[in-house]
Amino acid sequence: MLTIDKYLRPSTLEEAYEAAQKKNSVVLGGMLWLRLANKRVSTAIDLSALGLEYVTEDEDFWHIGAYTTLRTLETHEALNNMTGNLFRDALKAIVGVQFRNLATAGGSVFGRFGFSDVVTALLALDASVVLYKTGALSLEDFCRMGKVNDILTEIRIPKTPVHTAYFAQRNTATDFPVLNVCAAEKKETITIVVGARPLGGTVYRFSAAETAENMAERIAGDAVFTGNTRASAEYRRHLCRVLVKRAVDEIMAEREGI
Amino acid sequence: MEITILLNGKKRTAEVRADTVLFDLLRDLGCASVKCGCETSACGLCTVLLDDKPVLSCSVLAVRADGRKVDTLEGLQDEASAFVGFIADQGAEQCGFCNPGFVMNTIALLRENPDPTDDEIRQYLAGNLCRCSGYEGQTRGIRAFLNAKKEGRL
Repeated sequence: MLTIDKYLRPSTLEEAYEAAQKKNSVVLGGMLWLRLANKRVSTAIDLSALGLEYVTEDEDFWHIGAYTTLRTLETHEALNNMTGNLFRDALKAIVGVQFRNLATAGGSVFGRFGFSDVVTALLALDASVVLYKTGALSLEDFCRMGKVNDILTEIRIPKTPVHTAYFAQRNTATDFPVLNVCAAEKKETITIVVGARPLGGTVYRFSAAETAENMAERIAGDAVFTGNTRASAEYRRHLCRVLVKRAVDEIMAEREGI
Repeated sequence: MEITILLNGKKRTAEVRADTVLFDLLRDLGCASVKCGCETSACGLCTVLLDDKPVLSCSVLAVRADGRKVDTLEGLQDEASAFVGFIADQGAEQCGFCNPGFVMNTIALLRENPDPTDDEIRQYLAGNLCRCSGYEGQTRGIRAFLNAKKEGRL
């Protein structure tokens, strides 16, 4: 059971950051996973008064505020047009519309959950994150970091059109994925991310000249898979081969207008 | 903490704890249509509209609803009555426990997309679990309602 002693809605990021340094305080995202925790929170910090719900663009990047909901990303026409409908495809199976109206982009990324469809998709787009004190860093580096005592304020996506393909295998619809794979092609490079192994997304980069079979074999041979109640390590490895090949075939076909 | 919400068109003020969830507040305020199923954000039974968007009331802190608009089935009877008979005609309800969540999310669907395809209906309602039916009855009921509307039979 989750117990919260105090609720705080700060009016500045500095106030939020200071409150977050205190023992047992938690910065709230959509609160969907936190709600399942059996813990006592001294202060729950709600960033909703800080104007962090936005999707904007400049010449180089899309800027996504940490409090932007997954539903907003899923239905954002311009963002989906630029990414080959990646957000629509990757997010549509996350529980339901009601869940995605609450879950935030920042909460999904900050948690760096292994099963995350959001992190797998963003890694394939070479996204970066902005932390209040640390500043901007690549999502790939952020995923390698240990515990972070900072506040994620924004996610940035390079504004380069990409061909993408997203596949996730679920034992039942709307459940956690057993494996997820995202492939993105830009400037003759194919980036492939394999997540929910059940460890989080690992990034592989290939020349677009390589065959789909080669990419699939190399990733399946290199990536670490483990078993849990949803699937064995061997099943995940087999799925990886199939889904990577399927994803690469799809972006090749998209590129060639088939 | 004292909060004020606009519940079904009426201002309501209540005293809540920091960890009171919206679901518990709504039940305390007499909204018996809002039911708790899984309490793990998975089943959609506790769906309400928060600022016109469907959300899981079991997963929203009541304090986060302060100053916002909350609608439950109690306040949307007229809108729901247009199509619930079609769902009942298909025998889709069976035990009926999941029904308030289905109806609330169907209201949200039809406001957002007044003419959905069957796939769009299934996709939008994927977060509402029903353990009696195979979901086909609900889809047929909504389709029958949409067809009746198109054919001017309503």
